[in-house]
Amino acid sequence: MRNQITAKTITDSEFFYGHKACAGCGGSLAVRIALKVLGEGAISVLPAGCMSAVGFNYPHLCFSNNSIISTFAGTASMLTGVEAGARAVGIKNFKAVGLAGDGGTADIGIQALSGAIDRNDDILYICYDNEAYMNTGIQKSGLTPFGAKTTTTPSGENIHGNLRPKKNLFEIVAAHDIPYAATASIGNLKDFMNKIEKASKIKGTAYIHVVAPCPIGWGIPVNETIEISQKMMDCGLWYLAEYENGQFKLNRNPSEFSSIKDYLLSQSRFKHLEDADIKILAAQRDAKWTTIRKNWNTAEEDL
Amino acid sequence: MSKPYLRPYQKPQKLSDYPLGTASEAGYLVTKNSGWRNERPIITDECINCLQCYLYCPDGVIFKTESGLDIDYDFCKGCGICERICPKQAIKMEVETND
Repeated sequence: MRNQITAKTITDSEFFYGHKACAGCGGSLAVRIALKVLGEGAISVLPAGCMSAVGFNYPHLCFSNNSIISTFAGTASMLTGVEAGARAVGIKNFKAVGLAGDGGTADIGIQALSGAIDRNDDILYICYDNEAYMNTGIQKSGLTPFGAKTTTTPSGENIHGNLRPKKNLFEIVAAHDIPYAATASIGNLKDFMNKIEKASKIKGTAYIHVVAPCPIGWGIPVNETIEISQKMMDCGLWYLAEYENGQFKLNRNPSEFSSIKDYLLSQSRFKHLEDADIKILAAQRDAKWTTIRKNWNTAEEDL
Repeated sequence: MSKPYLRPYQKPQKLSDYPLGTASEAGYLVTKNSGWRNERPIITDECINCLQCYLYCPDGVIFKTESGLDIDYDFCKGCGICERICPKQAIKMEVETND
């Protein structure tokens, strides 16, 4: 078995510290852990979004590795440039890493991401998914799930939050035949840390999609960020998987799901949902898992 | 071990003190976050040093010492994730008195 990264073995150094993220922020935990795994050789690129807003408040600069803010749409194209530039000037042992939110990845930055994967640039792209444009005040993104209330998908008598399902970005990325893609969650940091480690060693483009709840946008107490991430996986609305060598692999295959209703109704963004809405979500979940179990490798193995 | 740390900072007094760009030294901190806190976590003797609080802290303020774990209260926001993740209920949240 390979040497796994654990809380004991990960570096004590902090590369994202003193930031101004809200208390209990999931995105900041994802960025902090990603940079701890990658170490001081990481050159991070962050587009407009929470993590650039909370990390760069001149002269208060919370990244201790080299970091730069990109255009909103250009995370992946700037990664391409950073990687080529660092290589051209002879820098050794670096990793160009993108840290972008769900809006900056699935909507605004998807063209640049698609292009970078197509060129197979030697970069790592991490999308921290909090399921809406949280930095600007909770507007719907392409990764907002069905039924979620945001300021642009309100809940009322006629419309019960977001009408459209969450875009399946993991499989969109995999469809490029990328060398490595994975899903993760801050509810399981051991899995997330080791996927970053694995992705950092990939020659070519690697993509990790990590769910990172926003207590403000999801409407949960600030100390429940981790628990809600775990509940999301337990009820089957998120799954841990990898795409490698043209194959999909499920990392965790729960024998039964916990209550989807409990997961949804513990968040104020889903409080308005009626049983019929919850049935739609459960049916979408069941259809997805049927396809996964039929077509993917479901033998649970070490990463 | 290294991490961003607090440095002295004087606000620009005259026009020529202002920087030409916003690029600056990495890990340069000038303000604390301690004023955000309503409650402060206290690590008690029940701690078994499993490091889960250290790992899951969004702000990375729990750090290893020779005798166990300690908290950097300059940057702890008091979210309480450490209290919830602790398998031994060894972290207690106390009302912040700001002293």
